[in-house]
Amino acid sequence: MSVLQALDVGLAFLVFAVAAWTVFAPGPFAATVGYVVYGLLLSLVWIRLFAVDVALTEAAIGSGVTGVLLIGAAARLRGAETTPAEEALTGLTRLFAAGLCLLVAAALAAVVLLLPDQGPTLAPQSMERLPETGLGNPVTAVLIAFRSFDTMLEKVVLVLGVVGVWSLAADRYWGGAPGEARAERPEPTLAFFAQVLAPIGILVGVHVFWVGADEPGGAFQGGAILAAMWMIVMMARLTEAPQASAFWLRLALIAGPAVFLAAGVAGAVVAGGFFAYPPGLAKPLILFIETFMTFTIAVTLPMLVAGPPRREPRR
Amino acid sequence: MTEGASAFAATAGGSLLALPILVPAAGVLLSFLLGGRQAERIALALMPVQFGFAVAIASLIWRSGQPLVYVLGGYAPPLGIALRADGFSAVMLVTTSLIMPAAGLYARTNFATPNDGTERRAPLVFWTLLQAIQAALSLIFLGGDLFNLYVALELLTFAAAPLVCLDGRPETLAAALRYLMFALFGALFYLLGVALLYGAYGTLDIVLLSRQIRAEPAVWLAAGLMTAGLLAKTALFPLHLWLPPAHANAPAAASAVLSGLVVKGSFFLIVRLWFNVLPALPNAVPGAILAALGSAAILAGSALALRQERLKLLIAYSTVAQIGYLFLMFPLASGPWSAEAFSGGVMQALSHAFAKAAMFLSAGLIAESLGHDRIAGLGGAGRAMPVTFLALGLGGLSLMGLPPSGGFAAKWLLMKASIEAGQWVWAVVMLAGGLLAGGYLYRVLAPALSGNRPRLKSPPRRSRENVALALALAAVLLAFAPPTFFAFLQIGRPAAGAALR
Repeated sequence: MSVLQALDVGLAFLVFAVAAWTVFAPGPFAATVGYVVYGLLLSLVWIRLFAVDVALTEAAIGSGVTGVLLIGAAARLRGAETTPAEEALTGLTRLFAAGLCLLVAAALAAVVLLLPDQGPTLAPQSMERLPETGLGNPVTAVLIAFRSFDTMLEKVVLVLGVVGVWSLAADRYWGGAPGEARAERPEPTLAFFAQVLAPIGILVGVHVFWVGADEPGGAFQGGAILAAMWMIVMMARLTEAPQASAFWLRLALIAGPAVFLAAGVAGAVVAGGFFAYPPGLAKPLILFIETFMTFTIAVTLPMLVAGPPRREPRR
Repeated sequence: MTEGASAFAATAGGSLLALPILVPAAGVLLSFLLGGRQAERIALALMPVQFGFAVAIASLIWRSGQPLVYVLGGYAPPLGIALRADGFSAVMLVTTSLIMPAAGLYARTNFATPNDGTERRAPLVFWTLLQAIQAALSLIFLGGDLFNLYVALELLTFAAAPLVCLDGRPETLAAALRYLMFALFGALFYLLGVALLYGAYGTLDIVLLSRQIRAEPAVWLAAGLMTAGLLAKTALFPLHLWLPPAHANAPAAASAVLSGLVVKGSFFLIVRLWFNVLPALPNAVPGAILAALGSAAILAGSALALRQERLKLLIAYSTVAQIGYLFLMFPLASGPWSAEAFSGGVMQALSHAFAKAAMFLSAGLIAESLGHDRIAGLGGAGRAMPVTFLALGLGGLSLMGLPPSGGFAAKWLLMKASIEAGQWVWAVVMLAGGLLAGGYLYRVLAPALSGNRPRLKSPPRRSRENVALALALAAVLLAFAPPTFFAFLQIGRPAAGAALR
């Protein structure tokens, strides 16, 4: 066994162990920490499988943003950690749930092992039509060209996510700002951390978005990094979330899907079909769309984390 | 086969298929951006447009006698995504585009923006998400790609769940959260199945998959996971636990859309899965399992409806029962009687959509006028608000399966198919379900039509009563669907299971 293979086996065991720990963790907070570690280990697994794009997304979204959301939820649940419904879960129910999970997991494992090692793939076809898009990264081509319809609609789902979160606000807070107000005197360590990290992070985020055309990266990963930077600055209470009624905020939240949708419809007029790109103009158009998508993701994720409006609107 | 060629080439007028998805999606974005009263204006203005698209698509299919196909971005499957519309898609589109404006007109009273134009929470959320449901359902009815359909399911979940807790009362939040858990669990199972199919065949396109699929472990597991996930979203017994609190607690206009249309979305995908993706799989056992669960749903749902004390909960439990009927078509939809069973299943989906929407809107009017919806307190209410109770009763007629009603046509077709197939057990269940439905409707209507008129807090507005009545009449009118309607349903219907065996 080579060193890399030994590392792979070790990694696999570690993933399993952390997953088990997450399931058996004593409380929501501990489970969340386990989940974040699990996500980071999983992104290492993706790197070992040479799926760097997936690894980046797993780290940024699966572990990063989801982790922040879950920690926020766990913090809010503290003090009310066992609900009556939870206490009512009998041993039998738990056993049944565990059995069902094991059964599904075992069936999946067995079937995946049965699948041919070299499965059918669309990779050659993607590479063949990659030149039409002018891009170098086939993953970006799948997301913004071959299956652009999916990606545009996924961005609409993000808008619905924000509407859904905001819909939980009290009526009197509607239109107000979510999250905490800017602090008079921010906590020094956090503020220092945010002031140092944010400029570097913004640079990294823009870079990851920009190289996405040809290398692993792209709108989602870059946008998630930018989003994290805004979150850090807000958490340090150096700045506060904007009002939910602010026109610029609404515009930022819909810009990505709106530009994507408009480009898709324009394709019907100038390129002979919905979501078609005119030959030769594909790459600039794709980068144009991706710019707005990155921006929208960078604004949407912090808004999801900030939660529903919690302060009366200022006029 | 001609159908083979159409998998790759767009048909004339195919580009029309993108519009019922893109236009409401644009409406969602614009409504959220402009906010205030604009959300309502945009939502209501786009509804007739949507009806126009649906009718245009249906007439193109009718004229050509072929499914419509459109390839997005010029990238043909398997690399790209295709949209396809057959007869079933078209009737579901038209139904949706009729029920949506009804719910919208009804909801104007409840979700009005104040005169000074200040944006309010509930109206903005309602009008925005109503359009999102429209976009999601259009995509479900037209999607030709399994992952694209997953995106549609996600859109539908995130559009529907917040509507349940629009009131903001604690119990509605609990109901919405439970709904969200079931829906996400269902979507996850569906996605797992899609990933397995992609791993095994390297394509997500429904037509391409259907040509390659063989009965092997990966396919069986994928079929099981996807069906289980979709059943959770359709609320088929015993995965129905989320439905009654969710549908009973939502505002009436939202309940009408959720109960009438949203659960039909995931049902539509189960039909797509077994008839269009997996026709090569022997479907006798899975079909029997689905129908057995459906039978249990009919009996348990009706029995629970009989015991409810609140009108909206009773109607919600009757949805649990009526969903059961939809699944009786599965064991019957192969063999010479397949067309009848298929038509029966579709007819049940349509008539229940109209009837249930009418009943929820009526129940909303009753609750607003009386200030409560306790069944024990309904005495004489039918005399005070006759049109409302007429709508409720006509909707109930369809649920019971009495002629003339769409529900009768559906149950008659399904019963005929089950007797011709020698599977009379389903016919017995249908008869029992009809009797039980009669029972729970009697509990509501009998006291309402006798006794003294109660004092109404405020009489229902006539225009809103008329909306409910129009929906109920549509459910009745389905009984007079001409034979050409059933011929239309068969356009693009692939032969199920046994035909290819």
